Amino acid sequence: MREVIVETSRVKSLLLEVAGWQGHLAGQHVDIRLTAEDGYQAQRSYSIASPPEDEFVTLTVERVENGEVSPYLVEELRSGDQFELRGPIGGYFVWTIAMGGPLCVVAGGSGIAPLMAMLRHRDWRNSRIPAVLLYSSRTLEDVIYRKELDAMARRDPDLQVVGTLTRKQPEEWTGYRRRIDTSMLADVCFPPDRTPKIYVCGPTLFVEDVSSFLVELGHDAIAIKTERFGPTGGPAQ
Amino acid sequence: MDVPPISRGFRSRRREQGLTDRIPPGQYVTTDFPVLSAGPTPQINLEEWTFALQLNGWVLGEWKWAEFQGLPQTTIKTDIHCVTKWSKLDTIWQGVSFDDLLKAVDLGEAPFPYIMAHCDGGYTTDVPAADLIGGKGMIATRYEGSPIPPAHGGPARLLVPHLYFWKSAKWVRRLRFMEQDEHGFWESFGYHNHGDPWKEQRYDGD
Repeated sequence: MREVIVETSRVKSLLLEVAGWQGHLAGQHVDIRLTAEDGYQAQRSYSIASPPEDEFVTLTVERVENGEVSPYLVEELRSGDQFELRGPIGGYFVWTIAMGGPLCVVAGGSGIAPLMAMLRHRDWRNSRIPAVLLYSSRTLEDVIYRKELDAMARRDPDLQVVGTLTRKQPEEWTGYRRRIDTSMLADVCFPPDRTPKIYVCGPTLFVEDVSSFLVELGHDAIAIKTERFGPTGGPAQ
Repeated sequence: MDVPPISRGFRSRRREQGLTDRIPPGQYVTTDFPVLSAGPTPQINLEEWTFALQLNGWVLGEWKWAEFQGLPQTTIKTDIHCVTKWSKLDTIWQGVSFDDLLKAVDLGEAPFPYIMAHCDGGYTTDVPAADLIGGKGMIATRYEGSPIPPAHGGPARLLVPHLYFWKSAKWVRRLRFMEQDEHGFWESFGYHNHGDPWKEQRYDGD
């Protein structure tokens, strides 16, 4: 690992130098494997947040309470440390400039990571493909990549960045103040007749909701690509 | 990478050492039931639901929902293993075994060695018939005593628990026998064609 960036109180980005890296597409993920001194190993998947053009492979990791791997990555890992990494993996939840647009990405919490790779890829290439990000966070402090997203949107008239804060909002907050719903998606996302390429990533229930609202609005289910993570939110077991 | 680097300060937080004979390499046990799908969860009307067995262009058998419920029912308790690394132990499923489906269309054995599962939403996955016969596969319609929730593949999903769980295709509507193997959805995106968790066949080339 080359460098750590503190994104929020629970999220860090790990900039990795990967020997023999063959390159990746925005949206793909890697498997990492940690080995303990006693030989115990644990594997997990993480989305790549950096664009293919970047010299490092960046993983943005949220610390999961009682997790096994993420607390280690977020709290313990130091620059210079090594671990095994395999990838890139996944060829479906990807977006490239060549696929065209308009591009609509909808993120919940740390689900922003693979979508950020797409926005960074688009930005790096100075693409004029119309794009919109709708990003749901609990509080302003939980917004990952906030400064970078603001800067990107300021210099790029073809990119719209829209935030919603679901739990707590500062008084001066000008974005939405509720969970994403059908009317918010109708206002923010490109209409179905523009056949946007849609990517939704976040916690399971978030993705279930957002993707069903998008279908309700008339978007073709096949145009909506999803990536879900975390618990289902059912009754605690 | 013959000798993996040791992650200083990393240690197991899990207490599943006693279960190692049930947990394939690289997997961890969860009590939750994560959802992984490539797209939106389809809303399926049972009135319009049908399930079919197909051979080339022929329909060998087709059942409406009520008819399908009338086929012999099998209940199994099994462990499931997702390629994204979680395993879930002792899950209980009810449905119609592949063996009983073959009997229902008067077949003693699979007419071709490969099967493509076709699902609502366009998802497909390929499975050898040998991995479904002998009680190894079923079309499941109930999970833990209740109808399978849509996000988990309801009303009906293929269940092949000894392979990685993407082979247990959600929202299955059709099994098509094939003379030659073809890749399904994830198999054409770099995932392993067979997907045996005990051999850790996660990706193409494993």
